[in-house]
Formats: sequence, structure tokens, C-alpha cells
Amino acid sequence: MWQFSLYNTNIDFLRWRKLAIGWSIAVLLIAFGSLLIRGMNLGLDFTGGTVIEVRHPESVEIPRVRETLAKAGFGDAQVQHFGTSREVLIRIPPRGDQSNAATLSNDVLHALQGAEGGAGATLARAEFVGPQVGQELVEQGGLAMLGALAGILIYIMFRFEWRLAVGAIAATVHDVIFTIGWFSLFHLEFDLTVLAAVLAVIGYSVNDTVVVMDRIRENFRKRRKGSALEIMNQSINETLARTIMTSLVTLLSVIVLYFLGGAVMHGFSIALIVGIVVGTYSSIYIASATALYLGISREDLLPRAKEAVDERP
Amino acid sequence: MANPYTLNQYSWWKYLLIGLVMLWGLIFALPNLFGEDPAVQISGARVNIAIDSAFQTRIAGLLDAEQLPHKRVELEEGRLLIRFPDPEGQLKAADILRDRLGRDYIVALNLASSTPGFLRAIGLNPMYLGLDLRGGVHFLMQVDMDATVKQIEESYVEEIRTQLRSEKILYNTVGRASGGGVQVEFKEEAERDKAAAMLRKNLSNLKMDEPGPLSLRLTLGEPEIKEKRDFALQQNITTLRNRVNELGVAEPIIQQQGSDRIVVQLPGVQDTARAKEILGATATLEFRLADEENDWNQAASTSRIPLNSRLYKDREGRPVLLQKRVMLTGDSIVDASSGLEQQSGSPAVYVTLDGKGAKRMEDATKDNIGKRMGVVFIENKTETRRVDGEVKKTAFTIEEVINVATIRDRLGRRFQITGLDSTREARDLALLLRAGALASPIEIIEERTVGPSAGKENIAQGFRAAALSLLVIAVFMTLRYKTFGLIATAALAANVVLIIAALSLLQATLTLPGIAGIVLTMGMAVDANVLIYERIREELRNGNSPQAAIHAGFDRAFDTILDSNLTTLIAAIMLFGFGTGPIKGFAVTLSIGILTSMFTAVTGSRALVNLIYGGRKLSKLTV
Repeated sequence: MWQFSLYNTNIDFLRWRKLAIGWSIAVLLIAFGSLLIRGMNLGLDFTGGTVIEVRHPESVEIPRVRETLAKAGFGDAQVQHFGTSREVLIRIPPRGDQSNAATLSNDVLHALQGAEGGAGATLARAEFVGPQVGQELVEQGGLAMLGALAGILIYIMFRFEWRLAVGAIAATVHDVIFTIGWFSLFHLEFDLTVLAAVLAVIGYSVNDTVVVMDRIRENFRKRRKGSALEIMNQSINETLARTIMTSLVTLLSVIVLYFLGGAVMHGFSIALIVGIVVGTYSSIYIASATALYLGISREDLLPRAKEAVDERP
Repeated sequence: MANPYTLNQYSWWKYLLIGLVMLWGLIFALPNLFGEDPAVQISGARVNIAIDSAFQTRIAGLLDAEQLPHKRVELEEGRLLIRFPDPEGQLKAADILRDRLGRDYIVALNLASSTPGFLRAIGLNPMYLGLDLRGGVHFLMQVDMDATVKQIEESYVEEIRTQLRSEKILYNTVGRASGGGVQVEFKEEAERDKAAAMLRKNLSNLKMDEPGPLSLRLTLGEPEIKEKRDFALQQNITTLRNRVNELGVAEPIIQQQGSDRIVVQLPGVQDTARAKEILGATATLEFRLADEENDWNQAASTSRIPLNSRLYKDREGRPVLLQKRVMLTGDSIVDASSGLEQQSGSPAVYVTLDGKGAKRMEDATKDNIGKRMGVVFIENKTETRRVDGEVKKTAFTIEEVINVATIRDRLGRRFQITGLDSTREARDLALLLRAGALASPIEIIEERTVGPSAGKENIAQGFRAAALSLLVIAVFMTLRYKTFGLIATAALAANVVLIIAALSLLQATLTLPGIAGIVLTMGMAVDANVLIYERIREELRNGNSPQAAIHAGFDRAFDTILDSNLTTLIAAIMLFGFGTGPIKGFAVTLSIGILTSMFTAVTGSRALVNLIYGGRKLSKLTV
């Protein structure tokens, strides 16, 4: 089964470009709608507050932990199991008083240790983020994303052509919105590591798109006949085996990460899994179709006079 | 078509080069194989406390007497390192040692690398593990700069008031202006003009304007504000460093971040409460006249202390007898800096007092010329200790004489302290004076703590994920590309070795997201091989000979590989630029992985392909 024959395929991918773009627009609308209505389930990194992960020697019941915490003055704490039933994750929203907030983790741990059956409780992880830090991270994260997109846009414009660059960026933005929308729709927590994963998705998605574009450029230069649509279709078909192989391999390693990397890595892996799947789709449809709609033609990709020297036989 | 016997052959120096790079990678990655021992590190709390072989023997005896199993007791660079077989033994021993050794020694938990000494001697070290992998506390602290500027302005208010008085200029009020700066109101214009002329001369660093006919406003210039802010930050960093030292942390990191923040990372520290107590201690200073009538040593040895005096110790532990009456407190110090005295060229500390302080100083010193004066550094701390499993909090004050100097003259607003042994001592004294004087308020705005067992688990999980990923990719690639798949796997393994070597060499921090970056890079690194192999297949289908197909496959895929890797690198660099802590670790491994994969997946696998297939006549090629 591994020798799947993907040579000489001649799938008319771009025939369904209208359908694909329609579908993408619909999905993006859903994503936007969800972002507007449901919003993001922003993690501690962005909202500020305190998260404490406590391990118990035996499994503990959530209501009892909640009760203990309420008695100790943490009635506003959210408690859930994390990984196993012996571990609890406690979230405490940001409080007005900063100086106290920084010592919360110790107070919570002491409260739990003092409770019945909690003697062996240990602190696995505690994070406190002040509100000003969260606000900055939101800004910096947005900036990093825009910076990455701009850098890639410039690079592709320089190496290829503006229509392809716009196509690549359209595909990448599509993937980013899709991934973020997924997190909003399913109310998954969006924290710093997920943001890092989204940036990796940008890298991966462009990587995928560039491979197809390289082939489009090559075929435009090599073949003297055929419409832009035909050449693009041919290029997608020629790179299909590689696209599938690479996506599968990368996807597999990220799936391994999801199962073995521990609960901390879940959000990160989900973002990458979603991103790789839509990234593969978008580099076939969104990038090429956008360039096609922008009216790309052979002349746009023919080497300029000074580059003609570099042309390989 | 080119001759098949010359295609796909590297010249000997290329193989040699690749071999050398791989050898280099293996050597630098080597230290990571040895792991770490839980250890306890003991150092002296003061310079004069000797950590020598006698101490080593004493500690070894103590450990044996308490029946604490340990691997080794090592003496290195003025500190003692005790390695333990397990973390439980380490914690237990640390508690007992802390209890036995008291405050003269600093007992710190540490993870000591088990890398053999000969490797460390030539500068080879394992990767630096982030706090999420080794456990520890990360604090981000913010210095309250508004308060700093306010403090400075307040000292100017005092200063201006004193100057106006001494020049007998009549004024209504002096105070901080609501929009920043210091505002002086006068009754008459003539007085104001006199004041303006005088202040322009004496306080030329301030900008002056006239918001009304009877008022003057003096504001700090931008460069001065910046200088004071930097100063406040540096001072806080120095104070924190001193305190972390006594907290006894093996490899602490205290760094400036941005213009008003300080990062403090304390690997191995779990008791965040204690860390916060020590970092947040407040310090003050007192200037006291020395007790010249009684013998200091005698007072100390007989513990008979004269009625009007108090017994202190200096930093070397020698007794100092000072008068009970306080001459001046640290609040009055505006600035303290170290330098060289102009006449003698010996190290000196220059102290500047505010107006009130100067007055008190003058009064106190004018009748005491020729006598000695001591500076006491006072730190208020709370300490949490475990006594028989019970957590006990005790508040205590440490008082230490940091300097005793002879009063040579009537001291005023600016004076100098000389007779110091070295420029280093002068610098330290200036730092301590400042630390006890005008510490700007700081607050913790971010805290991340990872318990040691959670850190261990993170490493184990990350390692398992990376290993399984490698295995899955190997199986996948080999099923599809046969021998070439094995070559890709070898290249991938080489890539991981090079990433580890690069991280060890750069001493970049490896974090859990960093491990995720390595896993992701593995997936993306084989992309280069997939591109090449699919291209070779295509060339074969187009009727090219095997050798020509291999050649063209590598050649033509290269542009694509370069483009796709560079675009990913752009995203990784952006991530590095903005990211903090663990995220930066992800960006680092991703970037390094992209760069090394270009070498292993293209050059490295090409070399293997050439070795296996090159220079032979191939009738058939299975890719």
C-alpha cells in the first residue's frame, strides 16, 4: 500500500476551485462568527491570573477540592482533573491586589495539604501572570504573526511573482484563521504554546505552498503550450505524491506528540494537526486558485533577461 | 548524458568534511549522554569562610554519621558538591546540612552534570535545560519607575528648599508639580529672579521654566530620567543578585528584560514562598559614631557591652562597637558611587546626601573630627525552615557593619569614604549604600514554577515522543523509498545529533516546546528527502538513466528545498524575536533544525547515496 501510485495522475483539481473557494469562505465565515460570538478561550498567558497544578498520591474528587479551596477563600477557583485523576488543575482569575496574587500558589498548596487526604499533595506547576504581561503578549503575538506574514510575502514576491505571493499569503491567512476558529468553535484553550504552534503552521503552510509554486514556475518556463489552468493542474498533480507523503509524515510526528508529549502539549499538537491538514488543502486550492483569479500567465514567470543565464538546460 | 562513472561522486575532501562535521556533532552531543545527579552544593556565606579539604572530610563524616547515602563529595572552586543517588536523599541531606551548618554556609540544591571531568575540562557541556525540564522558579519583576522618578523629585524638593533657605530667598511653597517636576511659588518677582539665577547655577542639570509670574518649575531632562531609571534597574539587579546568592541557588539567572523588568530564574528552587521572602527583603542603613572609649574585642569576648553602645559584627565577623544613637539613616542618601580619589589615587566611595541629611551630618561630625563612624546595613527578612517536618516562619533582622571610617573633616552634602582596600571593595560598598538607601519598589508580575518531578516527567515524555516520531518516520520512509528511505532515516538521526550538538555548543536553553520543535523539525526535515526522491522517481519515469536521475533529482529539488526552508525560517525568527521563555526554546530548536536539516538531508544523504550508488553502472534503481 505504500507504493501508492501517484504518478501520471491527472486530477483536474482546479475544476472544483469555485466549490473549494466557496467552501473555504463558508468555513471562514463560521470561524469569524465563532470568534465574534463565542470568542477565544484565552489561556492564562493572555488573561493573567494563576494556574496551579497539584499532584496527589491518590485520586481526588473535584467537588472536595473545590470545597477545600472555597473554605480557604478561593471560591472563584476553577478546578478540573489534568491528565489523571490524581492531578488537579486549579485556575484562579486575576485579582486586584497584585502583591497577594504572587503568593497565591503557596496559599493554595498549603490549603490543599491541610485538607483530609491531601497530606502528600505536591506542586507540579504554578504559573502566575500579571494582567499587564497578558496584554503585552496579545500585542506581541499579533505582531509576530503579522511580521511573519509580511516577511514571507516579501520573500515570495522577490523570489517568484506578486500574484503567487498573494496566493501564498491568502492560503496562509486562511490556515491561520481556520486554526484559530477551530480553537474558538471547540472552546479549546489558546495559550502561548498554541500561539507558537500557529506560527509554526504559518511556516509549514507556506513551505507546502512554495513547493507547488516552484513547480508551477518551472512548468510555465518549460512548457510552451497549455493554458495557465492546465499548467497549474499539472504542477499540482506532479507534486501530489510529495505533498501527501510530507503531510502524512509531519502529521504522524505531531500525532505522536499529542499522545506522548503530555497534557501540556495537547493544545500545541491540536493546532499543528489542524494546521497541517488545512495547510495541505489550502496550498492546492487557495494558493493556486487565488493566483489564477489574479490572472497569472506564462509571461509573468518567464525569467527576466539577467536570470536567463541561470536557466538550466 | 554525462558519463555514469563520474556522476554522483563526491571528491574525497567532501566526504572528509561531512565526516568531520558529524564527528564534531557527536563530540559536542556526547556530554548529554551522562545525565545528572541530584546534588547539594555548599559554599561559604562570606568570603573568609574556608571550604577546604578539612571541611570536605568533616562533611563526609557528618553524612556517614547521619547514614545519608551519597555518591561522592567533591571539592571544586571554593565550594563543595555532594552527589546523591536519588532526590529523596538529596532533600533529606539538604535539610540536615542546613540545620547543622547554620547561617555561615549556603546549602543549595543542584542537579550536577555527570559528564566526566575530562570532557568538561575541554569546554564540553550538556544542553542547558529550561526550568520546565529541570524544575525551578521563574520570576519576572517590574521596577516601579514612576515611584523612582517620584523619589528623585522629592529629593530635589528637599534640596531646593535647603538652598533657598541658605541663600535667604523668600518663597511660598516648594513641592512636586502635578504634571511632573518641582514647582516653587514666590511672593515677589524679585525673589523669584534671584532664585532662578541661583538654581540655574547650582542645579544646572535641571530644566527650568516659568509657568506663572511668581513661580518656577524645574524638571528632570530626558537623559537624566533615563540615567536614573537605568540606575534604579541596575541597583535592583545588584540587590537581587546578592540575595539570590544567599538563597543558595546553583545556577541562577538574573537579567534585565526591556527597560524596566528583571528576570530571575532559580533552577531547583521549589519553595517559592521562601524565595519571595528573601528576594523581597527590605534593607536600610544607619550611620553611627563608634564607641571610642571601650575595647571592641574585649566587649565581644566578655559580652559586657557598655550602656550607650551596641555590639555589631563587620562582614568578616570581627566585632565593632558603635554608639546607640543613630546619626543618620539611609533615607537621606541621594546617591553613592565609587571612584578613585584624586590626590592619592586610592579607591573611594562618594556619598551625596539630601538637604536635611546634610544638616544632620554637619551637626554630628563637626565635634567629632578624628573619631570613627560606622555604617550599619540592616536587612529585614522572614525565613521559613523545616523543623522536624513542621514549617516554621521566623522573622529576623541581619545587622552588619559594612564600613568603619575615620571622620577627617566636617561632612556635608557630599563626602567621600576612603581607606578601602580595593576598587572592588569600593564598588561593593557603593552598591550596598545604594541598596540600603533608595531601593525602588519592585513587584512580581509573572511567576512560573515547575516541580522537580514534573520537570523529570516532561523530559521523559518529550524524549519518548521524539524517539517514537523518529521510529514512525523511519518505518514510513523505508516502506516507501526502500534503501533511500534508510538513507533519509540516517540523515534524520544525524540531524537530531547536530541539533543537540548545536544546543550544547550555544548553551541555548532546551524547553519542552523546544523538544516539540525538534519533533516538528523531524517531520519537516524529511520533506527535503521526499522532494528529492519523488523528483528522482519522476526523472526515472521520464526515461533518464538511474545515475542521471539521481543527479537531476538532487539538483533540481534543491531550489525548492531552499525556498521552502527559508520561508519557514522567517516564521521561526519572528517567533524568536517576540517569544519569551519556553516559546523562545521552540523557535531556537526550529531554527537550528531547519539549518542543520539543509546540511544532513541534502549534503549528508547525497554523500550516502553517492557512496552506495555512485560510480557504478546501474541498470535499475528502486526508489
